[in-house]
Amino acid sequence: MDNNPIQVMQTPVDLKPEDFRKIGTDEKQAEVIQRESISAWRDAWYRLRSNKLAMTALGVLLLIVIASLVGPLISQWVHGYNYYSNDLMNTNQKPSALHWFGTDDLGRDVWVRTWMGARISLIVGLAAACIDLLIGVIYGGIMGYFGGRVDEIMNKFSEIIYSIPYLLVTILLLVVMEPSLGTIILALTITGWINMSWIVRGEIMQLKSREFVLASRSMGAGSGRLLFRHLLPNAVGPIIVTVTLSVPNAIFAEAFLSFLGLGVQAPIASLGSMINDALTGWLYYPWRMLFPAAVISLTMLAFNIFGDGLRDALDPKLKK
Amino acid sequence: MVRYIANKFFYMLVSLFILISATFFLMKAIPGDPFTSEKKVPPAILANLYEQYGLDKPVYQQYLKYLGDVVQGDFGISMKKINQDVSDIIGQTFSASLKLGVVAIVVAVIVGVLLGMLAALYHRKLIDNVAMVLAVLGIAVPSFVVASLLQFIFASKLHWLPTMGFKGPMYYILPVAALTAQPIAFIARLTRSSMLEVLHADYIKTAKAKGLNWFAILFRHVIRNGIMPVVTYLGPMTANIVTGSVVIEQIFGIGGIGKQFVEAIGVRDYPVIMGITIFYGILLMLARFLTDIAYIFVDPRIKLSKGKEG
Repeated sequence: MDNNPIQVMQTPVDLKPEDFRKIGTDEKQAEVIQRESISAWRDAWYRLRSNKLAMTALGVLLLIVIASLVGPLISQWVHGYNYYSNDLMNTNQKPSALHWFGTDDLGRDVWVRTWMGARISLIVGLAAACIDLLIGVIYGGIMGYFGGRVDEIMNKFSEIIYSIPYLLVTILLLVVMEPSLGTIILALTITGWINMSWIVRGEIMQLKSREFVLASRSMGAGSGRLLFRHLLPNAVGPIIVTVTLSVPNAIFAEAFLSFLGLGVQAPIASLGSMINDALTGWLYYPWRMLFPAAVISLTMLAFNIFGDGLRDALDPKLKK
Repeated sequence: MVRYIANKFFYMLVSLFILISATFFLMKAIPGDPFTSEKKVPPAILANLYEQYGLDKPVYQQYLKYLGDVVQGDFGISMKKINQDVSDIIGQTFSASLKLGVVAIVVAVIVGVLLGMLAALYHRKLIDNVAMVLAVLGIAVPSFVVASLLQFIFASKLHWLPTMGFKGPMYYILPVAALTAQPIAFIARLTRSSMLEVLHADYIKTAKAKGLNWFAILFRHVIRNGIMPVVTYLGPMTANIVTGSVVIEQIFGIGGIGKQFVEAIGVRDYPVIMGITIFYGILLMLARFLTDIAYIFVDPRIKLSKGKEG
């Protein structure tokens, strides 16, 4: 046993000579796949899992999501106040055992409002990203798949829309329509889908000249089937990455709009509108600003890092 | 090349036209007009007011008139600040915003490129790691958070720098730092990755092999090729800084266009909102156009036959 070469290599598994058998040179046997096959998704998941930074970011994101769901409830159970309570005797209080993040100028609990705000910001970010995804995939898919004249006209159109600074359009729309959760999401998506459509277009253009598409086409697949069963599923990687990276953009844009008084309107709060409200007395009551600012920064940071990690995992060729 | 520039210019005009038209019709779509919310006004006076502001004419005539006025640089009259021309408001406040913006752009490019270069030259060393952590933070932390933090630490607690106002060189430091955090982070990342690519390119090996001195390689080959992507980012960066300055001016109490914009939105002064929107639009589209042109001169390899590709 001491001379066993396996031992010398120090494999963690304790292998004995009995574990080995000759399989001979039978050609049929040689072609049999011995190991379980790993799908591209499993492979990507393994790569992602080994990326500590990205997994930390994912953990932080999950924590923020959970906190935004249960955070306000905890205060309800422990202290008996909720989003609508205001304690007018205790305005602008420092963080304490009763009010973990302090209170604001109307005596509202900043802990509750921060997590409710995070909920709104996340809803805005995710909803905007989903709508961008829907429009972008359809528009980009058509551009990329049909090419030629169709592509040229549609691409020119999106280029023109894109060259109009998007925050200006968003601001204009919200000045005209009364800001509400729905109109804000709508205004954010009015130009947000273009980036997605370009990503999809590029992917589809690359993919459509590949052999498997030709094979499918030669077996009589129609445009719809080709696009939705073959081309788009193969472009899912870059699409997911773009979605992940567009969520923080939408969250930032909403916060920016809050600064102009065009974000979600009171009594609803988003992280951005809380920061904006806190700005007036911020040098005296820093906690009113610091907690929402920390949560929004962490959210954006985590989304960005996770998105980068996802890109590396899904497309290892990109990584140097 | 002339065709390329002409083409770009044409599309810039189309975009601008769409922005102006969209602005005009969106403002017309708002129910009521500036005088409906005021206290009861006798019909005769109302009619006079309408005539004064040209609101008695059909919409398409108002539209054509507005287009013509905008071309001549006239954005109409403010509705809240009596008898103030919107173009005067823009003219008076533009200089502060311009100074801030130009300083921010210059600082962002210089610091960003330097940081990215250092990170690439000391790849996987301490400087690289620090620079990249800073870059990720800079991209993720919103500019208004950066601004508030800087204001809190350096102005309110340490009293090193003024909290508000815009009266001298010292007043530039905090707003510029807040405004440039994101562009610097972005430029540093761009520069780093493109420099790393260049550093591993064959022509650098050739240059080394023929015994060229390291500084010559760095300046003649690496930097020239490495900062190419930064040029493409100049257009978006200008947009970033201009829109960012809206918030930064508010926080630091700088009397620039951004502050006017926020105030106008607050009181719904439509001609001012329209005027500044269009002004910003012209500015940003011009920046993008100039970037496109600059790119041809910087990168001789650029394909001018766009539209035929892919």
